[in-house]
Amino acid sequence: MADIVTREQPGHPELPHQVVDRVVVRFAGDSGDGMQLTGDRFTTSSALVGNDLSTLPDFPAEIRAPAGTLAGVSAFQVHISDHDILTPGDRPDVLVAMNPAALRANIADLDPGSTIIVNTDAFEERNLAKAGYAANPLDDGSLKGFRVYEVPMTSITMEAVKPSGTKPRDAERSKNFFALGLISFMYTRPVEPTLEWITRRFARTPMVAEANTLAFKAGWNFGETAELFDSVYEVHPAHLEAGTYTNISGNTAVAWGLVAAGQLAKLPLFLGSYPITPASDILHELSKHKNFGVRTMQAEDEIAGIGAALGAAYGGALGVTTTSGPGIALKSETMGLAVSLELPLLVLDIQRGGPSTGLPTKTEQADLLQAMFGRHGESPIPIVAPATPGDCFFVAIEAARIALKYRTPVLILSDGYLANGAEPWRVPDVTQLPDIRVDFATEPNHTRPDGEGDFWPYLRDEETLARPWAVPGTPGLEHRIGGLEKADGSGAVSYAPANHDRMVRLRAAKVAGIARDIPPLEVDDPGGDGEVLVLGWGSTYGAIAAGARRARVRGHRVATAHLRHLNPFPPNLGEVLHRYPRVLVPEMNLGQLVKLVRAEFLVDARPFSKVSGQPFRAGEIERAILDLLGALPPSTDAAGVTTKDDIA
Amino acid sequence: MTDTAVPVTTKKDWTSDQEVRWCPGCGDYSILTAVQMLMPELGVRREDTVFVSGIGCSSRFPYYMNTYGMHSIHGRAPAIATGLAVTRPDLHVWVITGDGDALSIGGNHLLHALRRNVDLTILLFNNQIYGLTKGQYSPTSEPGKITKSTPFGSLDHPYNPISLALGAEATFVARTHDMDRKHMMETFRRAHAHRGASLVEVYQNCNVFNDGAFEQITARDARPHMLIPLRHGEPIRFGPDAERGVVVDEGGARVVEVADVGVEALAVHDEHREDPSLAFTLSRLATGPYTPTPIGVFRDVERVDYGSQVNDQLVAAAAEKGPADLAELLSSGSTWTVG
Repeated sequence: MADIVTREQPGHPELPHQVVDRVVVRFAGDSGDGMQLTGDRFTTSSALVGNDLSTLPDFPAEIRAPAGTLAGVSAFQVHISDHDILTPGDRPDVLVAMNPAALRANIADLDPGSTIIVNTDAFEERNLAKAGYAANPLDDGSLKGFRVYEVPMTSITMEAVKPSGTKPRDAERSKNFFALGLISFMYTRPVEPTLEWITRRFARTPMVAEANTLAFKAGWNFGETAELFDSVYEVHPAHLEAGTYTNISGNTAVAWGLVAAGQLAKLPLFLGSYPITPASDILHELSKHKNFGVRTMQAEDEIAGIGAALGAAYGGALGVTTTSGPGIALKSETMGLAVSLELPLLVLDIQRGGPSTGLPTKTEQADLLQAMFGRHGESPIPIVAPATPGDCFFVAIEAARIALKYRTPVLILSDGYLANGAEPWRVPDVTQLPDIRVDFATEPNHTRPDGEGDFWPYLRDEETLARPWAVPGTPGLEHRIGGLEKADGSGAVSYAPANHDRMVRLRAAKVAGIARDIPPLEVDDPGGDGEVLVLGWGSTYGAIAAGARRARVRGHRVATAHLRHLNPFPPNLGEVLHRYPRVLVPEMNLGQLVKLVRAEFLVDARPFSKVSGQPFRAGEIERAILDLLGALPPSTDAAGVTTKDDIA
Repeated sequence: MTDTAVPVTTKKDWTSDQEVRWCPGCGDYSILTAVQMLMPELGVRREDTVFVSGIGCSSRFPYYMNTYGMHSIHGRAPAIATGLAVTRPDLHVWVITGDGDALSIGGNHLLHALRRNVDLTILLFNNQIYGLTKGQYSPTSEPGKITKSTPFGSLDHPYNPISLALGAEATFVARTHDMDRKHMMETFRRAHAHRGASLVEVYQNCNVFNDGAFEQITARDARPHMLIPLRHGEPIRFGPDAERGVVVDEGGARVVEVADVGVEALAVHDEHREDPSLAFTLSRLATGPYTPTPIGVFRDVERVDYGSQVNDQLVAAAAEKGPADLAELLSSGSTWTVG
């Protein structure tokens, strides 16, 4: 995997450069230690080098969990490589542990031989006790087998930032920049972008900017002068498709996709939203873009958020509401109204661990059945799910296209992993994005017995079954709509039994008919003769694709397919499922998609479940495939996987 | 929407073709008539007028207006109407609600629409009972009320909707009743003219489940004795010969005989007073519709409405950041080029 070359480079005059094709680094510390910021900066400088990358932020729900405890550990894992990668990596090659708790919480994920860099200053009696260590792991031999670098980060940082005039209490807080400097040295990351960023970010507090700059440089210099390392590492740029790239998280991508959808539809975008983890960043991002005519309203509750969005949709806006699972439960009555009113509406569920408050900052896919069926009455809603952070952009546009064309609420199922994870994203050519404009009704569509023109709000388009969208302000089309059952066509209140039966079936047929308007499911089956089809949806795309690659390397014939449209399914899904002797459905739930496909297509699809709040690892998917094929004795649980992640 | 003059209309133009399905004798009929008669006088267009309601007897109202309308879900009308009013400031958005809809299931949304000062005209039909679900007590029912759900008497302390609205610093708060069309029309006219959130409590008789709830104060012969008309800039007086009045002092508001205290001692009503506490004091004068009760406009103050502020921010952002450029947005982070 690595070959050693010796080469001169400014800043690294002494040490040989070892070129590696990929590396997984995990920064771990207290939730107040700034690990997310550190990881994010390391990611950005790697992106600027041109590496492919994938990230996994992992933090507690508490803003400042008790310092020094296992519960308070916050981590950020980044996988950088010189080739196309699909996941943030199964196991870190390098762990930066800012305190004993960070070491203890993460050590189990490391393979022997991995590198650990610890802040020795934090390994004192009190912290060791809080982390549950009876003896100092740095002294008791328990880390034998790892390459451990002991660095007194706190004390060096405090000494280094003295010229900035920072008080000792504050000086200590710059130690994450020391760690960033040290790792940046180790992996030959460019220095200037980070220094410039520090100056910009802390422009309002020059003393902090100065302290962080000094700490960063101290970390870099420490790496250079302390003779800790035998060599430094290089990860060459990845061979990505030509274009302009930016590093993007799922929440930013979906927010930009919504802005784009408003522009493409030529409709004002309205977001009604109540803050909830991990969806709030979409509200934050959209609130910045008022120059696009984007109106954002932080509503008094989840119900008001969707209510206001639906009211805006009635007035001719592209109405959007964003939330996570518990919020969906609160919005479900209004989603039912939207189904009945047949107005376009986007509902974003950034799924997290449930039920109830559950694991607010962790990822899960357990809202699929809620999205499908979690409403009163027969109330079908189309569902679209992004596969990667960058895909969130395109899914937002696709969901808007469906909502506007078919006058229906549409659910987007993202999750915490996509929301906060980031990847390089090739910036699309905006002229190639689809035209999703719709026409409002402007004329009567029906003639009364007396010959006068009349407007029937539920007279449907024959092809799409969509009803006309007549917005207030249009003379002559005044009409009333509501949650009561409506007469087919005229839209007048009707309790007639046959009419209700017809309307229920019409609403179902309208949503089912969208299957004619979405692409068929693509199957990745290199030999065309797969022994097993691995079917996934949503954020598991990367792990499934990587796991399948590994199984193929072992000589197995593995096909994969990934669903972007979950309601309705692509029209060829049944045919695809029946083509394979075995079907495996990995999901971060107890088997929800698998229930749907078994029920709908009568196939013996098998679930592979994980509900730990963590995304699948490629190795776990590989193992599940091998288990299903009977290639290895069955494993007892996902955590028992020991496959080295050569392919990720 | 257009430059041409608003066409002259009559009540009939504002009346939809739907059969009205309230119980015969319901107070809702007279409120509907008052609104339908008022609309031609407001100089507005049917297509620019929207009635949004929640759930309950009163919430059937939009079906009977020949305008745009939405009969939504229980309690949520203020939230839905907020989204509409903010995105379509060209429209006149009315909210029709009841005591259960606005104060029980939808209490939160009402408070927030009022404190945000969304440009809505909210008519709250208060009949102190749940009608559509056939006669349970409501959040405005008097304590001890015997209903289907309280066979031993209600234990709930009731809301005073006017006090509630003033507590939320609503910019327009008024009360009227279903027995006086002229007073209703005048009150609705002013509520409609107010820019921002207006709340009008309408005492409304439910002749099936709570008949006569307001009779002690709204019966024709009782009104002079029991209704205290609030008139801006005038001493607060009532009675057949204006012989009674209201004094506000440290002990709050109380009814007095004018002869005892002199006209100078009477409180002078000031709708435009910024501080809502005096209006609040007046709202506490009657503990229920069986003692002298103020009607009319309690408060009418100017405060920029929510939608205008939202839309001003869009204009300011466009001026500051320049016109929307999607390609620029997508490249606004750190970027690098491959190939």
